[in-house]
Amino acid sequence: MSHSSMWGSISGIIRRDLLLAMRRWSDAAMSLFFLVIVVSLFPLGVGPEPAVLRTIAPGVLWVAALLTCLLSLARVFTPDYLDGVLEQMVLVPQPLSLLVLGKVLAHWVISGFPVVLLSPLLGLQFGLEGEALGVLVLSLLLGTPTLSMIGAIGAALVLGVRGSGLLVALLVLPLYVPVLIFGAGAVTSSVAGIGGEANLSLLGACLVLSLFLAPWATAAALRIALE
Amino acid sequence: MIWSKYSAPQVFYPLAGRLIPWFAAVAVLLMIVGLYMGFFVAPTDFQQGESYRIIFVHVPAAWMSMFLYVVMAIWAGVGMGLNARLSFMMAQAIAPTGAMFTFLALLTGAMWGKPTWGAWWVWDARLTSELILLFQYAGVMLLRTSIDDARRADRSSAVFALVGVVNVPIIYYSVQWWNTLHQGASVSMATGSKMAATMLMAMLIMTIAFWLYSIAVILARVRCVMVERESLPTWDEKPAAMSEAVEAR
Repeated sequence: MSHSSMWGSISGIIRRDLLLAMRRWSDAAMSLFFLVIVVSLFPLGVGPEPAVLRTIAPGVLWVAALLTCLLSLARVFTPDYLDGVLEQMVLVPQPLSLLVLGKVLAHWVISGFPVVLLSPLLGLQFGLEGEALGVLVLSLLLGTPTLSMIGAIGAALVLGVRGSGLLVALLVLPLYVPVLIFGAGAVTSSVAGIGGEANLSLLGACLVLSLFLAPWATAAALRIALE
Repeated sequence: MIWSKYSAPQVFYPLAGRLIPWFAAVAVLLMIVGLYMGFFVAPTDFQQGESYRIIFVHVPAAWMSMFLYVVMAIWAGVGMGLNARLSFMMAQAIAPTGAMFTFLALLTGAMWGKPTWGAWWVWDARLTSELILLFQYAGVMLLRTSIDDARRADRSSAVFALVGVVNVPIIYYSVQWWNTLHQGASVSMATGSKMAATMLMAMLIMTIAFWLYSIAVILARVRCVMVERESLPTWDEKPAAMSEAVEAR
């Protein structure tokens, strides 16, 4: 297959999914509000001491980002599964893993990238400032695409299965552990003054690995679900 | 000898039935020997006293928990590659035993941690990754039970098991680095480097006993899976009933 048609199929899928998401913009807005509410609950539960908040900020923001990604996973494949578009995607000559890559990238633009954009604001709420805030944004920028890639595997596995909402959480959350550790670790070490470069590099490594392997596993899971 | 003939459940079923008593008997025997050596013969540890003796159960259980996950993933991979029913059945049969050993390792770890570290649970790298391994076993089993179609259940849980096997080492190292960032190594396991010969022997015997136990239990469970899936009467006992059932289908 030629280079241009490869990009054509990916960008076609991305354009279509973004258009659909814009027509139903309230879905994306809902997960953002969820993020803001979850993050705002922690100071209410833990207490408003700035030192405590600054300590828990990386973990809280990262866990909230994780949950937001998790909640939006049902939207990656389910609508296409229900109206039969997914079956056509399996049948077209373009490799399914490429189309999956397009869908996952669109999912990240819709539900991951807004989290990255919103994170400095949430970080300020927790008293993060300066370099730590920058590292938070950078870690989310590197980490949230990985969350979407791994999440897509889970979403494909539970497609059309009863109780899929809880099941996908059970499958995907353990797989998210390394990203959580490296992401929150980058911010924590930046707050501690030892710099977050090592953790950011590891996040980048996770992203490359998942970009390489996850579309393939997701495509396999989709084929199983549709046969 | 053609080994592939045993990939047919009808042929494997009676073979497994003949093997189970042998594996089970040797497993029980070795477990008695290993526990006796561990609890009565092995010398008392000069640092940890008697409480260290739980390692004769704990360490083999932890080894088995990780080893069985890999074996399960290999069977799942073979099943995906060769489209063999028996491989998926083996993967299905291994999961509960692996989860049991993971739980046993966590439980005995907590029992050892209380007198030694003064806490039932610490967020040690080993403990944490073992806990996540338990979650992954749970995921494999729950994914299988939530899908009604047996073929899809097999293949979906196989994909998840394979994804998990890539993830387990990443989780292990990430937790280890996370742990060193947050707290210094609270207890080093390296104190046992000059382990007494009887201790090592008891531990190895227990490991072999757990292996044989796993084989016996997994073979017994795979027989149950076969009877359940093929909805046939128990094969080796009533050959006539089986051929009737096959004809009826």
